[in-house]
Amino acid sequence: MERAIVLMGCAIGAGLALIAGIGPGIGEGYAAGKALEAMARQPEMKGELTSSMLLGIACAETTGIYGFVTGLLLIFVAPGMFLGML
Amino acid sequence: MDVSVTGAKILFTIPVLGGINISETLVNTWLVMIVLTGLCIWLTHDLKVRDISKRQAVAEKIVSMAENLVRDNMGEKWMHYVPFISALFGLSIFSSLSSLLGLWAPTGDISTTMAWAIVVFVQITYFKLKTNGLGGYLKGFCDPIFLMAPFNALGEVFTPVSMAFRHFGNIVSGGVITTLLYAALTVANHALFGWLPGVLGDFLAGVPFLTVGVPAVFSLYFDWFGSFMQAFIFCMLSMMYISTATE
Repeated sequence: MERAIVLMGCAIGAGLALIAGIGPGIGEGYAAGKALEAMARQPEMKGELTSSMLLGIACAETTGIYGFVTGLLLIFVAPGMFLGML
Repeated sequence: MDVSVTGAKILFTIPVLGGINISETLVNTWLVMIVLTGLCIWLTHDLKVRDISKRQAVAEKIVSMAENLVRDNMGEKWMHYVPFISALFGLSIFSSLSSLLGLWAPTGDISTTMAWAIVVFVQITYFKLKTNGLGGYLKGFCDPIFLMAPFNALGEVFTPVSMAFRHFGNIVSGGVITTLLYAALTVANHALFGWLPGVLGDFLAGVPFLTVGVPAVFSLYFDWFGSFMQAFIFCMLSMMYISTATE
């Protein structure tokens, strides 16, 4: 019974952790759209804008990656740890 | 059907100091380093001033690209950083691309990326201490008011952590999705051909038609694009953090 509750908690937690993917998705799309607008206005700046955009997107991605790592930990590490505690 | 997502396997253990585990990460990193060193030696042996070979042209192109990258992002006075940044870039890209050969990518292990990030973090701290002195460095933590010091310290520590997790997370997520994709395609293959009657259905369901072509498209994004992207971003962030540390 305790086992089932622990596993259920870990699985639900992993699912909830991956909600963190929403934020970076919106943020990266916004950054790419703005960069595209800037490129349309000044096509000669394309190279510089692209590298800045990629850097900004990578920074925005960090929170999503944190969510993903938390999900991985909850699926592969946490059940063993908590079941060992019981 | 079983889907298993595992970390680096431990290949063997050296029985000193209570046993040092030699994992796939360590072995593959050494393989990548040997390949990189060999490539550099092969590209740069007997260089000439005139009548250059194609090999030397490639080597010159790579060096000038690395120099331009550092010059654009760090400035002329940081040109001694070209070897460090290009070594980081080469190691990162070859490690990530080694997954194409079916090897365990060393960048899919948090130890590897964390080690690189700590190397960068030590340099950031060194340059901050060198420009501001110890007093100025400590004063920088109390930026608006001294109450903010814990948060500033946390932000400082999270620089290498976020760099390491970004690289690690991108490579691992590619691996996990590829594993799930193979599993899903195997099931789809069974569903598609399994209903055929008799031996024909059993035979066709066992042949992985779908797993031949489809994963290649995803591999193009996750392995090629993702590897180049993450190596580039890791180097860009290193350059930016190090060059802004002196301000």
